[in-house]
Amino acid sequence: MGHDAAAHGNGYYIKIWATLMVLLVISLVGPTLGILVVTLITAFGVAVVKATMVMAYFMHLNVEKKYIWGLLLSALVFILGLFFGIAPDIMANRGHNWVKCNGYDAKNLARFAHMGLAAEEIGLNKDGKICTPQRF
Amino acid sequence: MSMAKPIATDRSATGIPTGRLAMWLLLSSEIVIFGGLLVCYLLYRFHNGEWGHEASHTNVYAGGLNTFVLLTSSLFIVLAHHAAEKKHDTDAAFKWMWATVACGLIFLGVKAYEYTHEIMHGFTITANVFWSFYYTATAIHAGHVIAGMTAIAICSFDVKQGKHLNRVELTGIYWHFVDLVWIFLFPLLYIAK
Repeated sequence: MGHDAAAHGNGYYIKIWATLMVLLVISLVGPTLGILVVTLITAFGVAVVKATMVMAYFMHLNVEKKYIWGLLLSALVFILGLFFGIAPDIMANRGHNWVKCNGYDAKNLARFAHMGLAAEEIGLNKDGKICTPQRF
Repeated sequence: MSMAKPIATDRSATGIPTGRLAMWLLLSSEIVIFGGLLVCYLLYRFHNGEWGHEASHTNVYAGGLNTFVLLTSSLFIVLAHHAAEKKHDTDAAFKWMWATVACGLIFLGVKAYEYTHEIMHGFTITANVFWSFYYTATAIHAGHVIAGMTAIAICSFDVKQGKHLNRVELTGIYWHFVDLVWIFLFPLLYIAK
């Protein structure tokens, strides 16, 4: 390590823990206000801050060789690639030559009707239970 | 008979001890495992807004308690590392390591209570895709908690004898990662309702 961690007594780590506890309380109280932006910041934003603090101070990444950060970030890049790579398949209900055919309950009939498709066109029966994938 | 030194204790060409580098490589692969699962959950959650109703049945107080327990256990293991490698106080390191294991046991106990309560109310792994994700993610995480506890417990006995003190840091880094995963699981499964 390029940093003398012996200079840090137990009190240093206890202060970090106390800060994490305050952040935990914020993340629990914030969402109770029922405001979406506040929930996003206090639940997910605080999660990112807590994670960064644990990585930097408990895992000693703040004094670790910098390429370790690069190693971890490269894994995150793959995760982002996964997210954007499969997002169209999960989020879209149809493409040029395909229609997503869940076929497990009648509420999907409303979804397909909204797209201007009748149940018979996409292989669903009248209550949306049976599904036969169709090509267009 | 020559006693060869384990390779993992030698400094590597990369400038950090081989064992620590190996642990970081392991964690980068674990990021892909848990990250992949959570990315899929996120996308399905965006697409199925009604899952908020399912998620309302998770116990945010139990989740919050488990977050507190794991954050505290991270403190304990870093105190064990500090005691072992900087102060060479092997007795204190041993005690802090077992305090970490105790926190892991508390976490698993709370999780078992949650699972029991949820299953008894019909929220099983096949009840809904949300619950499939919930049980898969939390069970895989619990498996990692058990693995971490086992490693820390086994290493603690060597540490008490003053041997392999570097392993406190290595098991500690793994344990912090287990905590990091829960830091993200908690808002995704318990708070986003």
